Amino acid sequence: MTVHTTSPQFKQNATRALHDVQLQKALNNVKQGFIDKRQAAADKLPEFEALRDSARDIKNHTLEHLDLYLEAYEAKVKASGGHVHFARNADEAREIILKICREAGAKTVTKGKSMISEEIGINHYLEANGITPVETDLGEYIIQLRNELPSHIIAPAVHLNASQVEQDFRRVHTHLDAKRDLSEPVQLLTEARAVLRERFLAADVGITGANFLVAETGTSIIVTNEGNGDLTQILPKTHVVLASIEKLVPTLEDVSQLLRVLARSATGQEMSVYTTFSTGPRRPGDADGPENYHVVLIDNGRSSMLGTSFEEMLRCIRCGACMNHCPVYHAVGGHAYGWVYPGPMGAVLTPSLIGVDKAGHLPNASTFCGRCESVCPVRIPLPKLMRHWREREFERHLTPASVRSGLNLWGFFAKRPALYRFATRAAMATLGFAGRRRGRFSWLPLAKGWTKHRDFPAPQGETFQARWQRERSRRTA
Amino acid sequence: MSARDDILAGIRRSLGVKGSEAIRRQIVQDRLERAPRGVVPARGQVSGEERVGLFKTMAEASLATVTEVGSPGEVPQSIALFLRNHNLPATLRMGDDPRLQAMPWSDTTLEISHGPSGGGDLNAVSHAFGGVAETGTLAMISGPENPSTLNFLPDNHIIVVSAKDITSDYESVWNRVRFSFGKGGMPRTVNWITGPSRSGDIEQTLLLGAHGPRRLHVIVVRE
Amino acid sequence: MSALPSSRPGTPRVGLFVTCLVDLMRPSVGFAAVKLLEDAGCIVEAPVQTCCGQPAYNSGDRGTTRDLAMRMIETFQGFDYVVAPSGSCAGMIRKHYPELFEEDPNWRAKASALAAKTFELTSFLVDVLGVTHVDATFQGAVTYHDSCSGLRELGVKTQPRLLLSGVKGLTLVEMNDSDVCCGFGGTFAVKYSDISSSIVDAKAKNVEAAHAQTLLAGDLGCLMNMAGKLSRDGRPVEVRHVAEVLANMTDEPAIGLAKDAAHK
Repeated sequence: MTVHTTSPQFKQNATRALHDVQLQKALNNVKQGFIDKRQAAADKLPEFEALRDSARDIKNHTLEHLDLYLEAYEAKVKASGGHVHFARNADEAREIILKICREAGAKTVTKGKSMISEEIGINHYLEANGITPVETDLGEYIIQLRNELPSHIIAPAVHLNASQVEQDFRRVHTHLDAKRDLSEPVQLLTEARAVLRERFLAADVGITGANFLVAETGTSIIVTNEGNGDLTQILPKTHVVLASIEKLVPTLEDVSQLLRVLARSATGQEMSVYTTFSTGPRRPGDADGPENYHVVLIDNGRSSMLGTSFEEMLRCIRCGACMNHCPVYHAVGGHAYGWVYPGPMGAVLTPSLIGVDKAGHLPNASTFCGRCESVCPVRIPLPKLMRHWREREFERHLTPASVRSGLNLWGFFAKRPALYRFATRAAMATLGFAGRRRGRFSWLPLAKGWTKHRDFPAPQGETFQARWQRERSRRTA
Repeated sequence: MSARDDILAGIRRSLGVKGSEAIRRQIVQDRLERAPRGVVPARGQVSGEERVGLFKTMAEASLATVTEVGSPGEVPQSIALFLRNHNLPATLRMGDDPRLQAMPWSDTTLEISHGPSGGGDLNAVSHAFGGVAETGTLAMISGPENPSTLNFLPDNHIIVVSAKDITSDYESVWNRVRFSFGKGGMPRTVNWITGPSRSGDIEQTLLLGAHGPRRLHVIVVRE
Repeated sequence: MSALPSSRPGTPRVGLFVTCLVDLMRPSVGFAAVKLLEDAGCIVEAPVQTCCGQPAYNSGDRGTTRDLAMRMIETFQGFDYVVAPSGSCAGMIRKHYPELFEEDPNWRAKASALAAKTFELTSFLVDVLGVTHVDATFQGAVTYHDSCSGLRELGVKTQPRLLLSGVKGLTLVEMNDSDVCCGFGGTFAVKYSDISSSIVDAKAKNVEAAHAQTLLAGDLGCLMNMAGKLSRDGRPVEVRHVAEVLANMTDEPAIGLAKDAAHK
């Protein structure tokens, strides 16, 4: 795993993000952009909830038979003239891709947006080996210029504003007139379109991800709004598909179910602009299309998630709805999570992939508000899975000592009702007395985390149980 | 052990299966063969005029423009008019689709060229395999007569679709694909297109024409 | 359980699950709940109790959670219903107790039995007892925050609003994003206090923008968090548990206010 992680520094990352005025402004776009649109799309389709059930069931069924669907898929790809490669981990995947690029004599490689390619860190590896990778999704292109990770799985540059993009374009596109006007987003888009158009036409290899793989036909599917994924895969001589093994679905009917929830959950569109089904290389007589078609199937930790409570995470179709609806993501953005996958899905997946010892903060940094689960198109119980990580941390004694001892103390009293009543009665009487003048505390020992930002309301003094006992004994007497 | 066998063995270990269980193989085989339909929205389950009307409404909602003509013979004039109305040059790139070939292009002054796009074409026309009323989606199929590059490289993409090829749902498109290519068979590329290219990557502002066409114009042929 | 009043046929015997925070911080909410339940014809008892185990559960300590859950199950065994003035604590029992004992059929059955008869206060009043009106008066505009567990685990959304709509003198003004988390999240508020603060800051702004004098919700944790933020920022909004208003028991100062500040 060569992609650097700052997940262990989540708290520091978060604090920095909270003080980043520009980032906070950009995060407002997430709050306002995606939520209403998803709701509107869901409201327009009476079958939406039933489709979510259907999508969940299809993924569960596929995962339970994943070995067999992989075999069926592989046979179909081969029959259509394509090549299938299996990679146990990121290292193997990178080597396979490099070998394909070398065989194609590649100098430049265009890339469609692919989270698995971020996960295996392919760009840096190709560069180190003398091959230039060019991200072609507008957002990915921008963050590649900045040498950043995506901050959102479907809107990689959502943390940036237009003037930052302008600065990057001026810094990198030095062959263009320095005095050109780039003050409007549409001018930035037009410039990127022109620059990348040349890259598309010059590329020797095109690498895309896959939203889905269809076992019935040996088909890989990409979904985009820009059309960059299509230009990436039809123009160069060689098309390489990178996909993690859980992208499989059985049939074209099944993928149609999933497509009905994907765009609606992601951007609130009825359907993304381009949904492309690719099967093998160019056919005899075809007017265009790649001559070579390779699929690299990557495990990188997935197979060991099967059969565990984290198997449900493998249903994820990377729509981004969970982060779009997450109050913590809204507060700190994607980079704070410190690795490839942010938000609630990242909080569950990242510990599986890089270890809970490194990513332990992520499943803890949640209020369990449940909004992510309520919008997940494949109904992944994200809070429950985050809690499972907390349980693993607790079992492995990774939970911070302060939390542990606090819990132990609370548990000790809670298991002993008589002692509990005695102790809480005394404590609340004291606290209530101390707070009676103002009704609240702006500082309390042991509660600095709370009182740093807000007051602590004073208790009324007598506990409920004490007063109840008093009043009931009077009543029954 | 090869990576392939290792991964499959790992999956089987995790799932607690051997892989040879007849019943599992049967379940998978059945699913692949029967390809059961799931939940199909009622919205598209209309026919005739209503279906074509829904297709138009949904395509327009995806920011495509739609026009109708009575017969294939009227398509060239309709395209010439479209280009003129948008102050576009009277050039047009197309493949060798026989349905397009049969149209009376000489009725117009359009400068026609044939073959895949090399990136320099402003306008192109393609014939759709079908349309899907549910979302106003067009289904395009690649082949010797239908280059995929025409769907993406030109600035202005015009798609001709026969009203009779507009189906209610995606599943109906797959049935037609299976009829044409055999069960389990597929053309190299099937493109579903729903509106013109766009991006929201800069400040979530919707901008058309990211890498693909800035305009998508659909001509529905009635006859 | 010998002190339990005997129940007449048709009169539900309700065990009040007070919840730790109400027990310790704001007992008046518990008494408001008792009044609402008694007015609706229930016999209410509050057996000696401690904690349902949610803090331990959400911190990954299943062992302690199970111990506390077993105690809760035994404590409330004999009641027809268990009602809590909290969506989060009721949700713990309803949604999470059964899965806590997934591998223990004996306790699982008991946990499921308790889960099936446990309710959040307003949803019990409306959905189970069919209450549509309470006899209460409260002057002014209020806004209502939907606490997450109640909303998403138990479907509490319309019930408190229905009951509030019958309170004389009260106008309900909806704030923006009333269904978005306030940033409390139990120990989250302390462990990730900077993030929590940012979330509750957004909530406080929405509350203020609604121009209501009073903020209500059904969970004391959220209420303390929002009250603490509003008072720290000097936003003049009073904060109360919805039960206090519905029970017409608003003599106690609002959350975070001192006695004399209540009578202004």
